Amino acid sequence: MFSRDNWKEIFETIQKNKLRTFLSGFTVALGILIFVSLVGLTNGLQNTFNKFFSDDSSNTFFLFAGRTSMPYKGYKSGRQIEFDNSDLEDIEKNFTLLTDYVSPRIDRSGLVKYKNESNNYTTRAVSESYQFAEKTIMMKGRYLNKEDIKNRTKYAVIGRLVERDLFGQEDAIGAYIDITGSVFKVIGVFQDEAGDDEERRIYIPYTTRQLIEKNTDRVDQIVVGFNPEIGYAGAMAYDKSLDRFLREKKFISPDDQNGIYIRNVADQLKQNQQFAGVLAYIGGFIAFGTILAGIIGISNIMVFVVKERTKELGIRKALGATPKSVIGSILLESVFITTISGIFGMIVGIAIIGSLGKKLEDFFITDPYINLGLAVFATVILIVFGAIAGYIPARRAARIKPIVALRDE
Amino acid sequence: MIEIKDLHKSYKMGSNSLHVLKGINFTVGEGELVAIMGSSGSGKSTLLNILGMLDELDEGSYTLDGVPIKNLNETKAANYRNKFLGFVFQSFNLINYKSAMENVALPLYYQRVPRKERQEKALKYLEQVGLKEWAEHLPNELSGGQKQRVAIARAMAAEPKVLLADEPTGALDSTTSYEVMDLIQKINDLGNTILIVTHELDIANMCKRIVHLKDGIIIEDKKVKQVRASQYV
Repeated sequence: MFSRDNWKEIFETIQKNKLRTFLSGFTVALGILIFVSLVGLTNGLQNTFNKFFSDDSSNTFFLFAGRTSMPYKGYKSGRQIEFDNSDLEDIEKNFTLLTDYVSPRIDRSGLVKYKNESNNYTTRAVSESYQFAEKTIMMKGRYLNKEDIKNRTKYAVIGRLVERDLFGQEDAIGAYIDITGSVFKVIGVFQDEAGDDEERRIYIPYTTRQLIEKNTDRVDQIVVGFNPEIGYAGAMAYDKSLDRFLREKKFISPDDQNGIYIRNVADQLKQNQQFAGVLAYIGGFIAFGTILAGIIGISNIMVFVVKERTKELGIRKALGATPKSVIGSILLESVFITTISGIFGMIVGIAIIGSLGKKLEDFFITDPYINLGLAVFATVILIVFGAIAGYIPARRAARIKPIVALRDE
Repeated sequence: MIEIKDLHKSYKMGSNSLHVLKGINFTVGEGELVAIMGSSGSGKSTLLNILGMLDELDEGSYTLDGVPIKNLNETKAANYRNKFLGFVFQSFNLINYKSAMENVALPLYYQRVPRKERQEKALKYLEQVGLKEWAEHLPNELSGGQKQRVAIARAMAAEPKVLLADEPTGALDSTTSYEVMDLIQKINDLGNTILIVTHELDIANMCKRIVHLKDGIIIEDKKVKQVRASQYV
């Protein structure tokens, strides 16, 4: 069946029936091309998703304080809960092994001036470890350090856009700026992958902020970075025991929905990854549909091809072609075309998604890619089903009596 | 060469069946040139198709060159057709995307003759029908007469025992018809057995024997004095 002579006969048939060859080849190539592109783009979407949430550190809890909604241990409901410096110390002391760092966060927004330029910015008072939580990247100068916190220095670290707005081409390092009435020295400029909003921020030591606000020890929020080695389950357990600990300390009912709230980034990340996973399933489903459409397309063309060739097959049978050789030549021809065009479509698809890279980032697609094994698998599936789809009409054609086939016009 | 006894054939047309051949008895010896005549519907084409194993008989027996042709499966029928029979059709039935030479070589492909030998043989037979210069042309570049000559060369290429021609001149004008008949006569002169289905008397008279069919039975079977087609060419 696979002799050189057979192949030559098939090549001649392919060469001399260009439209037919083109139609079946085009269907297969397009099917694979769309499949590869869809899977690639879905992967790119997932990449973007993962990047969104990798901008901030994922091993973080954000602790928020609110108003209680239940009476508990003699306290009335509606009591405002507040964090203070002792909470920072208690967390570090009680959860030493689980905790990487603890940082408070006090946001104030107000007018910031430098020479004749001024603008409204959020000034965030934090400790030195807050850099890890936000994954802040220093462009020049330095971030806040332990000494700044201890000595309550009037140092500020400003965002890239703050420097651009206030200083223009000038270098901000060492310059003094006016933050809502207090003068701070700029010691560093940072950038943040999350974009413009984050780069319009100013960081100052939280101790300095507390000093300015009448030497209070209150903090608005607390950021806890946990040891990444404890894993997802460990983080969930830590989340729970931290919640229990704080409720006990602040006399909040364990059943109270309000009072304090812990935002677990690890949990959110997991949920988002699940969402991205669902997206991938949807993309995969559509891609599978494309392959199915490709199979149906090639089946249709095979039926058409056999119908068109009925008379020719009748002539061949009259001249001595056996049913086996009729089926064989139709099948070999279709498998050959689908293989070549399938591989062609696959390579073009891979080349297209490979060349995209970050060009579609505006549409939430970053670095699309496809697993080569999956692409090859889809191509093989299409070829196999193309062959099966060709076999059925071929067998029918081989069974038609030559006299009937010859009468076909 | 051909021996047919009590042949019956009917076609089912919906609920009623059409009895086309109602008991045909006839033999053809080697080297004969037989014309099968009859009006349309007389069953002459059906007879030829059964002789050519393109169709199956219902009743009776058919022996070709000593081999009983009975209950053949498709593969066996294909092999017998390839080995024993050459076909010439009214509508030529050339494969339109193959050149004249490739068309002639096709039966040899199914005989598994090597490619080179196939081409040599095809050229030889094209030369015999006077179309060697047209070997590379596609069928649609040839005239009707030329197409039929290519078809005859193709039928001859497999060196069959019997050549079966179904209205070989039916689609041709008379001058071309005589040319084709001249060629058939010459092939017959070489000793080949040929059966021609026709409804034209002048064509039938160019054979050596005329079998007349009417309503599915042979009403006349006579030897005739052959009219040579070369005198008209």
